[in-house]
Amino acid sequence: MSEYILEMHQITKEFTGVKALSNVNFKVEKGEIHCLIGENGAGKSTLMKVLSGVYPYGKYKGDIVFNGSIQQFNKINDSVDAGIAIIYQELALFPDLAVYENIFIGNEVENRGVLDWNQTIIESQKMLDKVNLKVNPETLIKDLGVGKQQLIEIAKALSKEVKLLILDEPTAALNEDDSENLLRLLRELKSQGITCIMISHKLKEVISIADKATVLRDGETICTLDASKGEINESIIIKNMVGREINAIYPKRENKIFGDKILELTNWCAYDAQLGRQVSKDVNLHVKQGEIIGLAGLMGSGRTELALSIFGNPKSYKLQGDLKLHGKSRQFKHTSEAMKAGIAYVTEDRKGDGLFLIQDIKSNISVANMKGISSNGIINVNEEIIVGEKYRKSMGIKASSLEQVVGNLSGGNQQKVSLGKWLFVNPNLLILDEPTRGIDVGAKFEIYTVMNKLISDGMSIIMISSELGEILGMSDRVYVMAKSEIKGVLTSEEASQEKIMQLATQ
Amino acid sequence: MKLYMEAKELISDNIRDYGMYIALIVIFITFSILTDGLFMSSRNLSNLLDSAGYIAVLAVGVMLVIVIRHIDLSIGFLAGFLGAIAAILLMQVGLSVYLVIPIILILGIIAGLATGFLVAKVGIPAFVATLAGWLIYRGALLLVTERTGTIIVQDDKFNAIGNGFIPSLMQVNGLHVLTLLVGALGILFYIYGAVSNRRNKMKYSFDVVSKQLFLLQLVFVSAIIAYITWILAGYNGFSWTVIVMLIVLLVYHFFTTKTVLGRHIYAVGSNPEAAHLSGINVSKITFLVFGSMGMLSALSGILFTARLQSATTTAGTLFELDAIAAAYVGGVSAAGGVGKVTGAIIGAVVMASLTNGMNLMGVGIAPQYIIRGSVLALAVIFDVTTRKRGK
Repeated sequence: MSEYILEMHQITKEFTGVKALSNVNFKVEKGEIHCLIGENGAGKSTLMKVLSGVYPYGKYKGDIVFNGSIQQFNKINDSVDAGIAIIYQELALFPDLAVYENIFIGNEVENRGVLDWNQTIIESQKMLDKVNLKVNPETLIKDLGVGKQQLIEIAKALSKEVKLLILDEPTAALNEDDSENLLRLLRELKSQGITCIMISHKLKEVISIADKATVLRDGETICTLDASKGEINESIIIKNMVGREINAIYPKRENKIFGDKILELTNWCAYDAQLGRQVSKDVNLHVKQGEIIGLAGLMGSGRTELALSIFGNPKSYKLQGDLKLHGKSRQFKHTSEAMKAGIAYVTEDRKGDGLFLIQDIKSNISVANMKGISSNGIINVNEEIIVGEKYRKSMGIKASSLEQVVGNLSGGNQQKVSLGKWLFVNPNLLILDEPTRGIDVGAKFEIYTVMNKLISDGMSIIMISSELGEILGMSDRVYVMAKSEIKGVLTSEEASQEKIMQLATQ
Repeated sequence: MKLYMEAKELISDNIRDYGMYIALIVIFITFSILTDGLFMSSRNLSNLLDSAGYIAVLAVGVMLVIVIRHIDLSIGFLAGFLGAIAAILLMQVGLSVYLVIPIILILGIIAGLATGFLVAKVGIPAFVATLAGWLIYRGALLLVTERTGTIIVQDDKFNAIGNGFIPSLMQVNGLHVLTLLVGALGILFYIYGAVSNRRNKMKYSFDVVSKQLFLLQLVFVSAIIAYITWILAGYNGFSWTVIVMLIVLLVYHFFTTKTVLGRHIYAVGSNPEAAHLSGINVSKITFLVFGSMGMLSALSGILFTARLQSATTTAGTLFELDAIAAAYVGGVSAAGGVGKVTGAIIGAVVMASLTNGMNLMGVGIAPQYIIRGSVLALAVIFDVTTRKRGK
């Protein structure tokens, strides 16, 4: 029986109004690879943020025991000093700095207060050897691929004499070769005695690498599975992750009737001059009236960029190809023109570029359609309240009043405000970008129900999603994207997790 | 007792909104005591409000600029320069005052749109673009005044804007009748607005204060308006500067709270990306806000030139910083999206009161700067700490 390197006891973390974690227990033995799995919003990232000191001691309830003593991390550096390194999904590298500078950033090699660059380069070479990466330490980060960047993040962690390495979906943006490479490295690190926690959505990976796996659901620990007892297999994991049959999650839609083509893209290309790369390549796609189109693919496959290029092109990509709306070729100069033509886009990042967090619910709902509540440019306050009240009821937004500030609502309610805002615009093509990211199962169900209602009212929906379950459960047809291209289209009968993943990782 | 508790809770819940008014009242009372009532005399109060005017209108403009997350440093010398142009048009070209004022305002709008173009279309940071403007307008001011030096303005109608008072119609017991009428109208207007607002909120079952407290609020605010009107009516009544300030207050208050464009300004300020994705034309809003800033700079230049009855080579020096300070004292947020027209005006009056009160007490210029700086820092500290409490 080996000892535990990490024990988290009864961890509870609340955000205004929502319990993100409730009495979570999580134990990791020394020298194992422990996977943390669960649906989006299950609380995995929150738990890791508690562990790494992003949420300081006192902002959560419960104890963290690391290396045998209770820890009180007040800031991220405290956990780093204790030997915990966390590598996030979004890499924290500086693209314009060289590899060696990145590896030792915040941990500089110095000689009486003066940086010793030669020594830094020598040390960084050692770290690169440890992760089996053959690049010149003086290469700039932006000149490396994502897979290599990921390895550099790990090298950076190793330079700090890490005891516990945490990886948050490390392979989400990697292709199969790079993923394999990374997993091999993790096994090697394990043989050197480094403990590893890996958050992952990819069950195959989990099955191939995990010694143990803990499943979280809705902020609670469901179970810890042990590979040596043969408990880590797909059916057991899925059963524990989902906790219910898939039919109960995705409401059924009756009488599917599809009409004419609403939107049709032919050889659609978009070029991002700022990044200097093609973000959409020769996309051919159509949406019929009454259809829910699933747009699947990995992170960074170009789904959001495609949506933005349709929705008035706010990032000013250079566009080529033909966009037909209701059979007529159109070009939009501004998002407002796309809106006038009946397109709405609910953003993936509702806090970043979706909502006005410091404003109240009613102004968030009315903002995209001020014409609807004003005459001659003067706002009719009563009308605004009536509209707000209507969407509060129909969306089921839970709030003390319409004057509540949106920043204080839970993720699910914020998403409903976002949806309400766009329904008030009354579009006939609704583009939903990750509509249920980071919200709980109950709110998800409500949002799916709203989507079905909209379809039966004659709307069409393009749904971008990274959750395969959602794609399979809701879509009538699925387009799969990878590397800014459409790699294939599947009908709902043809579509399966395997087929989609196969296309997405091409 | 229950009423007291409710009032206490209301004030502590809305301390950010009320803080400024409380500060202003405290400043007024303190100076009245320290100067044996001289501070609240008719003559001084009238003088104080006039001296706040040209900064107050700038503060309103720059408040909106800060709301959309930009800054404008060029407004002081733009005001000075346009004031000099006004003096030249009046005295050297010989245009009528009724022509000069619209010309100057339009020139101001054009100057503001030029800044807007640099910021919105070319993408230059507002700090740099307006720093360039600061230099350019300073040079332009020197250029037009260097031949003649100070230009004396001998146009009574123009000078009245900075020094004159509204006609009295008739004097009753030495009181200014039109001023009393305007004050009374103001009170009626306020009561009507407050009552209809409350009725509306009750209709949609929003939280409203209890009837007693509401009445108390009405009486309190009305009493303050009445008191100030009464004091001013005892001297020469409302000055034209105060009237200009009130018009700017009313127009901009209505514009920012009741119009679509006003709402769009706050949307752009609180989240520019979301605003763009909501179909709002962010660069149009940027043009609008800088255009309005230019117009208000022109207005400020007119007020200042008229007040001095002349255009000097240094007019407008440091106005921009006084206006920015007033806006921050008035509760604008540097993070964007938050700020009120009433706040900016009150902020300007607070700063002017400090200068005026300390002058009356004979405080030297050196401690004055230090005290005003401390008040600015305190106001922003107060704003930041009360915001952290949520709400």
